[in-house]
Amino acid sequence: MPDTPLARIRNFSIIAHIDHGKSTLADRLIQATGTVTAREMKEQLLDNMELERERGITIKAQTVRLAYKAKDGETYILNLMDTPGHVDFAYEVSRSLAACEGSLLVVDASQGVEAQTLANVYQAIDANHEIVPVLNKIDLPAAEPERVKQQIEDVIGIDASDAVEISAKTGLNIEGVLEAIVTRLPPPTGDAAKTTTALLVDSWYDAYLGVVVLVRVRDGHLRKGQRIRMMSNGAVHTIEQVGVFTPKMIAAESLGPGEMGYVTAAIKTVADTNVGDTITDDRNPAAEALPGFKPSIPVVWCGLYPVDADDFEKLRESVGKLRLNDSSFHYEMETSAALGLGYRCGFLGLLHLEIVQERLSREFDLDLIATAPSVVYKLKRTNGEEFDLHNPADMPDPSVIAEIQEPWIKATIMVPDEYLGPVLTLCNERRGRQVELTYVGTRAMAVYRLPLNEVVFDFYDRLKSLSRGYASFDYQVDGYEAGDLVKISILVNAEPVDALSFMAHRSQADRRGRQICERLKELIPRQLFKIPIQAAIGGRVIARETISAMSKDVTAKCYGGDISRKRKLLDKQKEGKKRMRQFGKVEIPQSAFIAALKMDA
Amino acid sequence: MEPLALYIHWPFCLRKCPYCDFNSHVRERIDQATWRDALRRELAHEAGRVGRRPLASIFFGGGTPSLMEPATAAALIEDARHLFDPLPDLEITLEANPTSVEAGRLAEIRAAGVNRLSLGVQALDGEALRFLGREHSAAEAMAALETGRRIFPRLSFDLIYARPGQPEAAWRDELRRALALAADHLSLYQLTIEPGTRFATEYARGAFALPEPDEAARLYWATVEEAGRFGLAPYEVSNYAQPGAESRHNLAYWRYGDYLGIGPGAHQRLLLGGEMLAARRHRAPEEWLARIARQGHGTVEEEALVPTDRAREALLMGLRLAEGIDPARIAARSGLTLAEAVDPAMLLACIEEGYLEWTETGRLRATDEGRMRLDAMLPVLLR
Repeated sequence: MPDTPLARIRNFSIIAHIDHGKSTLADRLIQATGTVTAREMKEQLLDNMELERERGITIKAQTVRLAYKAKDGETYILNLMDTPGHVDFAYEVSRSLAACEGSLLVVDASQGVEAQTLANVYQAIDANHEIVPVLNKIDLPAAEPERVKQQIEDVIGIDASDAVEISAKTGLNIEGVLEAIVTRLPPPTGDAAKTTTALLVDSWYDAYLGVVVLVRVRDGHLRKGQRIRMMSNGAVHTIEQVGVFTPKMIAAESLGPGEMGYVTAAIKTVADTNVGDTITDDRNPAAEALPGFKPSIPVVWCGLYPVDADDFEKLRESVGKLRLNDSSFHYEMETSAALGLGYRCGFLGLLHLEIVQERLSREFDLDLIATAPSVVYKLKRTNGEEFDLHNPADMPDPSVIAEIQEPWIKATIMVPDEYLGPVLTLCNERRGRQVELTYVGTRAMAVYRLPLNEVVFDFYDRLKSLSRGYASFDYQVDGYEAGDLVKISILVNAEPVDALSFMAHRSQADRRGRQICERLKELIPRQLFKIPIQAAIGGRVIARETISAMSKDVTAKCYGGDISRKRKLLDKQKEGKKRMRQFGKVEIPQSAFIAALKMDA
Repeated sequence: MEPLALYIHWPFCLRKCPYCDFNSHVRERIDQATWRDALRRELAHEAGRVGRRPLASIFFGGGTPSLMEPATAAALIEDARHLFDPLPDLEITLEANPTSVEAGRLAEIRAAGVNRLSLGVQALDGEALRFLGREHSAAEAMAALETGRRIFPRLSFDLIYARPGQPEAAWRDELRRALALAADHLSLYQLTIEPGTRFATEYARGAFALPEPDEAARLYWATVEEAGRFGLAPYEVSNYAQPGAESRHNLAYWRYGDYLGIGPGAHQRLLLGGEMLAARRHRAPEEWLARIARQGHGTVEEEALVPTDRAREALLMGLRLAEGIDPARIAARSGLTLAEAVDPAMLLACIEEGYLEWTETGRLRATDEGRMRLDAMLPVLLR
């Protein structure tokens, strides 16, 4: 396949809030260009993972090459890059956007701009994208195209007067979108004569091909048999196959400048391929990597344990397999007195955590329990030593701590006016600091700086319920700040339960401590002895509950000579105790801890 | 020498009660002569293995042993008296239902040698009797108790309480009426749902609910209080007696003594040659009969229990008694010292909590508070 002239290539992505019709529009573009036959067409064609289809979100980046014969008579190659829309994958999004020159901004003509749209569109602007606004669902009676256009101009500050009005669902004006891509988005730049540089946009594991790497070629070519080098770590591989997505993988001779496609090179795990890395020619390497590479760093950590301790081996295998395909997922083994053997796992954010958990339970059929998510704290010891803390259980004695820093975020919340009050109260309760409060019609847009720690603990659920589901929320990590943070230990029968300890701001400590004690009181069944439950900061108890002893538990009728039966019952009870966790003279079923943690999630 | 308790099981009932999980069967025809011969054969067989021993008690249980021909009871009592050395105060108990038919046989049963009658009254309230699936009315129960008291030197009866929706005041009233009938012994059981019974199915379906543990505890204390007013003390979790009127036969189980069990599904414990032999007879009446005909006994399983199991059995039974256990006897019966049988830290914790106590005579007993929670205590206490 000869190189496509740069002037006839357009690389673009689609930015949209969830449910605003991104995947449907992608489906229509694929159909309209005849890329996929009607028989092969299925909904959300680009979202492969079962989870993606079900939740209507995109987790991995995907691309599809469309051939479109435009009104000017020329045939253009349109590479559609479908990106994950969520902030957890913000870095992946930024790499996907860096591979394109323009974006379609899809906005629901009845609902208007949402917080998530904003974050992504700003990223696209940062990536110097040309942006074409597209108003979707124009056929709905509630559609207000003029109002939404005005909103796009007011909030985002881009000209929306030429917005393409469509209905992805009915197929209305899809042609208009294709023409806008050709006429309004710029072609890529690049030089076929220069040495190879290509951006590693994403990668995934394929059972037959090994790791498949999604690339955007900047300069030079990628060819079958070429020895390539990863510039971040110097690893060298020989290309086995290059090709494009239609969206099926179709092998090609080479990929030239401006092109998007894939490379396979007998790479064993995706951990060997870093998103944002630059691929170059091994014999004639580029002097400088493409800008913007950074290794993925987990932001949120939690413990994952099998509900049934016998499943640990299965969990061990499963996290290994998952990691094959998700290099931003981190894990290390840990043991907990309350939950047994498990893994401390690191994630890009809360959605990533949820997705990994769901994939483990769904794809690997594991029944899992997660401890409360914790952010990464930066600790400074009195002796000047600094380290990262991602498990509250590892927190040293406060007397040797000079300072604790916690990550902050910049959150954007869009909410209908009538729910603004409770939302602001929530943000203030969570130690938020208002940065900006503006109105867009009847919708308020609040920008807050918040400690991430306050957000990982049920913030999103509270926000949703306060606003009856109308608030939309997005955030980006925004540096570290010192805070008055304490570790709260939960003691059952005077013994600390490692899996339940957590970090909190001193001002929240009493409330959170009381909350969890009350929960445990409800969850732990009464037993022979009364059980004190306490929350403590260091040696100081801040909350206390007592589970009273059971009032009566004795077999009424125990005569007749069949003592064996009673004994066997007793043997069984003793056997059951093996599933219990011993806290002094008290034994607590693991299920109670699991329930306590589930309520937290 | 450890005296012997003899249990004889009559496995038939007119109908199954919905709460009962005992080995009972309903048959249209029962050949009384065949059953008499078979029971006698098994008794002779087991007596031959044990040898001559003092005999402290005989207990006819079931099923409904009052449906057995009195002549059968008479023959078995006669045999036992010859096979063993009966103690002068040999206690012979028979369980009976208070239907008018069975009440008509009480004189014959007394004549057969039975000196203690245990009546399955269960309730003195018509609606409750229907719920419990009993064949008799409250009036019949009162009449049977009256007759029983006149004919037998010793009389006991059973009541089931903590029934669905039973208020404490109503139970106190019912219990007082029962206590006024001047029995020397009462078995007062809280209704328990046993697996495999009709009640288990209905309960699982949510057809009725049982009192919560706190309410059950209140009913229990009410029971102890009312029985105490009539001079009946709880000598076991659910058994109340005037001093000296305790069921000697049942005490043999609770004290982990030697007992023979004759008839379908009957259990046996015998300390022979240093081994605690646990035996069980086949549960199915016809199969048991066939085995008697074939081999002279219906034993399906006999094993020598290991010391840990013996200690568990001795303690789980012994701690039900108000008198508690004698550590020396536990050691003799189980082969383990008390210190080996229980977790010393938990023993201490239970004593500190006021669940267990040492008596002045060196016995270990569960306090009232401890006895009420015995099922929760045993698994943490025993090794």
